[in-house]
Amino acid sequence: MDSYLELTATQARAALQNKEISATELTNAYLTAATATEALNNYVCMTAEKALEMAAASDKRIADGTAGPLEGLPVGVKDLFCTKGVATTACSAILKGFVPEYESSVTSQLWSDGAVMLGKLNCDEFAMGSANETSVFGAAVNPWSAQGGADLAAGGSSGGSASAVAAGSALLATGTDTGGSIRQPAAFCGVVGMKPTYGRCSRWGIVAFASSLDQAGPFTRDVADSALMFASMAGHDAKDSTSADASLPDLQAALHASVKGMKIGIPAEYVMDSMDEAITKLWQQGQDWLVEAGAELVPISLPHTRYALPAYYIIAPAEASSNLARYDGVRYGARIEAGHSLDDMYEATRAAGFGDEVQRRIMIGTYALSAGYYDAYYLKAQQVRRLIKDDFDKAFEGVDAILTPATPTAAFPLGVKQDDPITMYLNDVFTVPANLAGIPGISVPAGFSDCGLPLGLQVLSGAFREDTLYTVAACLEKQAGFSGQPPRHAAMMN
Amino acid sequence: MSVDKDTVKKIARLARLDVPEERQEQIAGELRAILSWIEELGEVDTANVEPLASVTGHSLPLRADKVTDGNKVDDILANAPEQASGFFVVPKVVE
Repeated sequence: MDSYLELTATQARAALQNKEISATELTNAYLTAATATEALNNYVCMTAEKALEMAAASDKRIADGTAGPLEGLPVGVKDLFCTKGVATTACSAILKGFVPEYESSVTSQLWSDGAVMLGKLNCDEFAMGSANETSVFGAAVNPWSAQGGADLAAGGSSGGSASAVAAGSALLATGTDTGGSIRQPAAFCGVVGMKPTYGRCSRWGIVAFASSLDQAGPFTRDVADSALMFASMAGHDAKDSTSADASLPDLQAALHASVKGMKIGIPAEYVMDSMDEAITKLWQQGQDWLVEAGAELVPISLPHTRYALPAYYIIAPAEASSNLARYDGVRYGARIEAGHSLDDMYEATRAAGFGDEVQRRIMIGTYALSAGYYDAYYLKAQQVRRLIKDDFDKAFEGVDAILTPATPTAAFPLGVKQDDPITMYLNDVFTVPANLAGIPGISVPAGFSDCGLPLGLQVLSGAFREDTLYTVAACLEKQAGFSGQPPRHAAMMN
Repeated sequence: MSVDKDTVKKIARLARLDVPEERQEQIAGELRAILSWIEELGEVDTANVEPLASVTGHSLPLRADKVTDGNKVDDILANAPEQASGFFVVPKVVE
């Protein structure tokens, strides 16, 4: 069965079409793999029966010649996407027992393109975290580890998605990215993670964190798979008022296009003192690779970069405090009866249902939006957001794409950064600006730290230019030749 | 302006979170640390800068005010912690 796990989605798709393998065989291999890697805690719920039903239907469509673009490919779904008839908790106690009566637009599109659902994947509670440690189900574990070392964070918030794809327990996985929640865990786990342009993928049916920043995207083994899955996830949706009515560029052509003559911006402000030396080296290496392939490097300045994180930590909690007002113990989820009044019930339910980090962010957001502080915090943060977007707009007048590190460090051990929220927030220093500006970004595994842990490079492009993003990412992937299985890959667990 | 225990009490009330007395001081400390880090934003000159609430660049689309869906009482109530006769049940609000 292990050989099934080695196929990329693009390869598996060809093997399915040529009837070398069946969707049922492929799905069984992944269900076995997911069980074998249970210790990584990347699934919060497996839907084996549903997976096999969907795989059988895929086999039939392949036989009938009506296969979709993702026909028979096994997908894990971040537990932030509502899935009809399958528990959806956002990894929070407050959504315990919630079984949606509807399917998110993005997952609907995956299923109608033939994908097979393996189960729901672990994430930080309401996607608030950078290590998957705020999940009510406990942290997802990174399948990579330093020799003899402790369990490492898979990153967050989409830690289960990154861990599952890296460990060979899902071929593809969905994620969401509000401040780096796709790109950071992808970098930590040595897989490809892409955050599309804001508005590309419908937010309808995805549990909301910060609506002006949230965007769904794919986790995959390689860049070609990323383009394949993204094409199925994207598309205009009248049910999301911020959904973009813009057609996709030719992604297949983009994968094979050359970077020759492209201008790649290198932002001065992304040089950080706290950065691992291996990451500084990899960033330089990435620049050399692109030059070898014919691109031209252009030094650029994004002067407001250092204000992106503080602005984000006003805007995201403010939107979250508003979005999470709906969890009131009345319409869905858990309810704690307390006191005598409706307010007593609300307060008890929310205090028991939300974890510490979620409560902290609700409090920050509520404070920032409260009378007397709105202008000083919320309005100020939105003004800074404008300046950050202007920085990018200006940069993209002179460059096609921007190359940065994906994260300031390699994966860190679980449990070490929990004491100080701000230390944890700093993980997202390179990823948050793209969310504030609404532009797409991709994290490509490109090298290793001194301890043998994967490191990623991030490519950013202008809004709606995912074609440019994939051209540069494919070039980096080819030049880097990143390979190697994590020590805790499913194939090693049998 | 510094966040103290009373501020925490007030915010917790606005956010409908029951924060026990013994945790209020600790939370005040956490919020102070985060807010003082955020104070960095004060260094940025934002005079005459239009706040950015949405990056889409388009105004929200309008649609005809028509009923397009409905008759889903069972679906809507399916996840209710308590329901009766087609309604959500809440603790008594009016004496």
